[in-house]
Amino acid sequence: MTTPRTIALVGNPNAGKSALFNKLTGARQKIANYPGVTVERKAGRLVLGSGEPVELLDLPGSYAFDAASPDEEVTRKVVFGEQEGQRQPDVLVLVLDAANLEQHLVFAQEVIALGRPTVVALNMVDLAERDGLTLDPDSLGKALGAPVVPTVAVRRQGLEELLAAIDAAGGTDPGPRPSIGLTERRLEAKNIARAAILSRSKRALVASSLDKVLLNPWLGPLILFGLLFVVFQAVFAWADPFIALIEEATEWLAATVIATLPGGFVRDLITEGVIAGVGSVIVFLPQIVILFAFILVMEASGYLARAAFLMDRLMARIGLSGRSFIPLLSSFACAIPGIMATRSIADPKDRLTTILIAPLMTCSARLPVYAVIIAAVIPSATIGPGIGLQGLVLFALYVAGIVGAMAVALVLRRTVTAGEASGFIMEMPRYQWPRLRDLLIGLWQRSWVFLRRAGTIIFAATVILWLLLTFPKAEPGENQLDASFAGQIADTLQPAFEPIGFNREMTLALVPAMAAREVAVASLATTYAVEAENEEETESALRDQIAARWSLPTALAFLAWFVFAPQCLSTIAVARRETNGWKWPMFMLGYLFALAYVFAGVTYWLALAAGW
Amino acid sequence: MTLEGLEPGRSAIITAIRWDGIADGDAKRLRALGFDAGVDISVAHRGVFGGRDPLAVRLGRTTIALRRVHAMAISVEPA
Repeated sequence: MTTPRTIALVGNPNAGKSALFNKLTGARQKIANYPGVTVERKAGRLVLGSGEPVELLDLPGSYAFDAASPDEEVTRKVVFGEQEGQRQPDVLVLVLDAANLEQHLVFAQEVIALGRPTVVALNMVDLAERDGLTLDPDSLGKALGAPVVPTVAVRRQGLEELLAAIDAAGGTDPGPRPSIGLTERRLEAKNIARAAILSRSKRALVASSLDKVLLNPWLGPLILFGLLFVVFQAVFAWADPFIALIEEATEWLAATVIATLPGGFVRDLITEGVIAGVGSVIVFLPQIVILFAFILVMEASGYLARAAFLMDRLMARIGLSGRSFIPLLSSFACAIPGIMATRSIADPKDRLTTILIAPLMTCSARLPVYAVIIAAVIPSATIGPGIGLQGLVLFALYVAGIVGAMAVALVLRRTVTAGEASGFIMEMPRYQWPRLRDLLIGLWQRSWVFLRRAGTIIFAATVILWLLLTFPKAEPGENQLDASFAGQIADTLQPAFEPIGFNREMTLALVPAMAAREVAVASLATTYAVEAENEEETESALRDQIAARWSLPTALAFLAWFVFAPQCLSTIAVARRETNGWKWPMFMLGYLFALAYVFAGVTYWLALAAGW
Repeated sequence: MTLEGLEPGRSAIITAIRWDGIADGDAKRLRALGFDAGVDISVAHRGVFGGRDPLAVRLGRTTIALRRVHAMAISVEPA
């Protein structure tokens, strides 16, 4: 069998490439990295009209082959056939934003001049019409010397025609054309665009009227902060019914296992170790999905770039730019995609600083820890319409992370990453309604990453932990926790954590939580379940245990620890890959542990002094 | 006058850009986005909370954010 032919989507950022890619390949996508670099390779399978299966690549958006970022460099290498381990694409699909031809035709000419078989997808013609533009694809095709297919990716319009054109272009060899300089290309782009536009009405652009409000110097930031506040309240409030559902399912599963299996080691391992441990982590999937849904909607609608604009002034104060805002915002869901998103930051020192502070953004893995402890020790009072005290404390923890990150960035920019301030240059995409389908694909991909963690790292950690807690068996009259290996490890570490108010169960929870933060909850659940000989290790049971056993200063110190502590091996691994060495991840590990220890201690002693 | 001094909402033409005053990577990006002598430009929005930084400028049919330092290197002639 021969290797399938490769078709690649190329074009400017914001040309609608990803929407087209999602429509053409559906959910059958493979996401990995190009070897040696940290640029995402998105590939999918596609069947042409002739029945021939081909591989479709979605290349990173580019403004020119003269690359200004690692992403653009990958696009150039793939198109030129220089990317290691990647077959040179047989057909290029050049994606153009119909409403922004003048700009997109500048890069388009560079692509067509290569002389590779090329098909042009004149995308988002509906948005062009909304902006009052009527286009003539045939005249555009003649001017470019390549077939042009008008498409509306999000509505599947023109996709059949596009596939037919790809099929037809396969055998052609247009041959290279004389390439011209940037200024000439720009003039030529203007002429081609003018000739292709049949009519242009003076309809007000939707973007500019929305921007008047959303980028208003006073209203804009207020709307942004209001929106972020709503997001965090929603994460706490909307997820409740779904969490209850998952809890019931977990209990049912444990009950079923107890009813089916004979009592003994295996049954205990499955119910107390696996189901209780993994279940107490999966319970947080609804909150993670809600958080990601908000971020994905903001991204797809074009608002995220406006948020970057609004935040640039603030980011400039700490030596960064608005560009860092998007990676940092993604880090609220998980530091891993956040650190990976720093690739769009061209300045190396800006990028390094952003990577180093990304773990301070409260990721969703911290939510389980925060959620359980807040629910246990903070009264569920209402202090205003729609504002609960618990939600407020959660908000305060997020703010603590942000303020900490700002302070750290400020110090780093004057010491280890000192250097000239970089610029902030960013195209603002047009506003669009996010498409449900693209949203669902994005949500699925992110939830899957979380579930896979729950199924592997967290699964292994909970089983190991359960074994450490169960063996050796306690003598009659002796407490199981005291006798176990886990208890012995905690005893060794305890002197170091005692001064900052941690009890032994907390110290015990910190060890497996190095694998993934949310394991701390599973660990506490397992610990208390074992200690209490209780078969119902549900989240509410854990909450009651904590409420009964932890003093308020102790609980607050634990929360403060998790604001700063680098409790996640995957983040360290990704930082190592992105900075090409152990130096920076080790630095990150060191400074975060130091901060966590100091702040947990300060919190504990202040709370104690306040008489809480 | 420079882009920095251009009143928001007013159209202008770029007359010259002091490329040597802009870092290499930033210059590359600005060129790729279409900043060049002879191009029509206008300022759409400025900064937050009364600050004048950054700017959002309209260039053809796109809106682009940039900082004052770069706007000061771009000379314009109001239309």
